[in-house]
Amino acid sequence: MSSKGIATRIRETQVWKSIFRHGPPDNARNRAAVVAGNVFLHLHPIKLKKSGVQLGYTWCMGGLTFFIFLALTVTGVLLMFYYRPTAEYAYNDIIALKEHVPLGIMREIHRWGAHAMVITVWLHMFRVFMTGSYKPPREFNWGVGVILLVLTLLLSFTGYLLPWDQLAIWAITVGSNMAKATPFAGHGGPGAALAQIGDFVMVSDKNDVRFQLLAGRFVGEPALLRFYILHCVFIPLVVGVLIAVHFWRVRKDGGISAPL
Amino acid sequence: MSELSRQNLNRREFLSYLSVGWITFTAALAGMGSLVFRFTYPNVNFEPEMSFNAGRAFDYEKGVDERWKNGFGVWMYKAEGRLVALSNICTHLGCIPSWLPAESKFKCPCHGSGYYPNGINFEGPAPRPLERYKISLTPDGTILVDKTKVFRYEKGEWDHPDAYIEV
Repeated sequence: MSSKGIATRIRETQVWKSIFRHGPPDNARNRAAVVAGNVFLHLHPIKLKKSGVQLGYTWCMGGLTFFIFLALTVTGVLLMFYYRPTAEYAYNDIIALKEHVPLGIMREIHRWGAHAMVITVWLHMFRVFMTGSYKPPREFNWGVGVILLVLTLLLSFTGYLLPWDQLAIWAITVGSNMAKATPFAGHGGPGAALAQIGDFVMVSDKNDVRFQLLAGRFVGEPALLRFYILHCVFIPLVVGVLIAVHFWRVRKDGGISAPL
Repeated sequence: MSELSRQNLNRREFLSYLSVGWITFTAALAGMGSLVFRFTYPNVNFEPEMSFNAGRAFDYEKGVDERWKNGFGVWMYKAEGRLVALSNICTHLGCIPSWLPAESKFKCPCHGSGYYPNGINFEGPAPRPLERYKISLTPDGTILVDKTKVFRYEKGEWDHPDAYIEV
């Protein structure tokens, strides 16, 4: 009894064994079981080539992006405790987050994190391009990554309206006017004039994609609510799913960055 | 297998049942998808009406009148025997210019586009003049402005009879 160490005795308890089904990671088999038996780690490859994880080669940009995404999720959820997405309260709540709430830099962390994530996503893409890691069999994961890039930019775009100040409203006005020019689906775009029978206009400012995005003809309170839902629920859920696919495909397509 | 043979379900019948099943499933998904799509377009929104009664022509002085700007986004402009309804949406990227009476011009705060009182652009990045809305007289002699119909200078539409009223 006294010959056993405390660590060994903990590892022999039923609680420990119910959580960790494998033995201590002191051999290759158990180390593989650590990764394969963990819902979070199993997305990762069980084995990595040492050359594949060199910092000079990967810049750790994908990992940094994921880390910032997690930080933005945590700070974003915290901000939601104080922010109300209505025309009456939104701007005052943003001020209150700075003036009346402890840790007034919470919103700044979220904002700077958002800027940093856009930068690291671009650098990650640049690294993948320069190391040729988009080539077969990784071309599908490049496609997933491009969608993730677009979603990152859309997260920034939808978040930009939420402070509800002049900069936000006019930036989103200018930005959402691009949706006007969507072929056939936007009332100012090519093809919209074709969908007109006499005086009956089929694609107008009250039924085109811009109206769908803003829930109105201009950036008003319905647009604020819609952008809030997109920013806090819809896009993060899609991003979360695609991140899982992205990581899993890294494992299935031969690990990060190593030449095949 | 014995159950299948008891029902005399051969391969051909099985496949046709399978097809009906998949077609039904796909149709149900498409139906739900289009309902969700329709759900994103509200039946009612609380924005200003697209047409409004703008009073009588003799209510307006010569030059630019701002009384409908905040409610309906329209400047009335009276000159050379014509009264027109100018859109207040900048033709560059869609911001709202300000009327500067001292300089007698519309000036957009976003990127600095400038327009003469008649709506012609003369400075900044605006690519074309402000649009004009349909304006007409109702039978009781009041003015009706209809924002669903626009008249563009660059298309030569400003002399269209619906683009102005004689005053």
